[in-house]
Amino acid sequence: MNTRLKSLAVGNTLQERQHTPTNVSLFLYNAAIWNAHRIHYDEAYTTSVEKHPGVVIDGPLQGDWLVQVLTDWLLEDGELATFEYSNRRASYLGETLTAGGKVTAIDLESGIVNLEIFIRNEKFEIVTPGNATVRFFKP
Amino acid sequence: MNELVSSEAKSWIGRSASPQRIEVNRSDIIKYAIATEQRAEKFMQGDVAPPMFLFAALRPLVSIDRLGSDGIAKDPFLPDLPLKRLMAGGTKMKYHRPVVPNDVLIATRTLSGITEKQGSSGPLLFLTYDLTVKTEAGELVMEEQQSRILR
Repeated sequence: MNTRLKSLAVGNTLQERQHTPTNVSLFLYNAAIWNAHRIHYDEAYTTSVEKHPGVVIDGPLQGDWLVQVLTDWLLEDGELATFEYSNRRASYLGETLTAGGKVTAIDLESGIVNLEIFIRNEKFEIVTPGNATVRFFKP
Repeated sequence: MNELVSSEAKSWIGRSASPQRIEVNRSDIIKYAIATEQRAEKFMQGDVAPPMFLFAALRPLVSIDRLGSDGIAKDPFLPDLPLKRLMAGGTKMKYHRPVVPNDVLIATRTLSGITEKQGSSGPLLFLTYDLTVKTEAGELVMEEQQSRILR
């Protein structure tokens, strides 16, 4: 059995990571996903037409940060099997968001581990919750 | 109950959009990895695509004159429904194998359901889509269930 898998316990937390997007990082993300929605770069439009308080941090970018909590934790010991998330609350340029997670179930036989992952804002609200399963490789 | 959804709109359930063919290249993976601040070297070098790279790779490529004044490409694969404000719902993905440079992928999206619900501020419509991504040779890469909300 994979030695890392054996050392896991339900409730183990994953290393948290903070993200503070800038105009530059949001521009690059929206260029990379080929997204021209103005709420991610045009502040005047975003506040006056779509009535947001500021430039909006992309929901799928937060989805990626959730995946990175998993891939940075797994390293080369396993792979992502399933992943689900939903954006519950908008977040805006200037905010710092924290990505993290914890182990919720372990199946030593199959090497499948379930995890709960989250993006939380500075008010400690969960803005983007998610769940995932990862598969640890057999040694 | 379902009076919001016309029978024409209901006839879309089970329908698939024309398959999308994507040629994966290393520099697109690297751009995505930089933009999302990946830490793993295999992603930053573009040897393997981060799992969510597929979201970027599958985004519609349409000419500028087909973008709305909000900058959004109108989704042609949406039946005519009385509610117009579109919100992202949840998404659930099942990964079968990683994406690597030079993969040629075929993505097929099927509208799998339209459900009407009563929200606190009026009616809502939940649309569900099934997305299947395979290699050109037919190997399963990823399956996704997406939901979108109209209000």
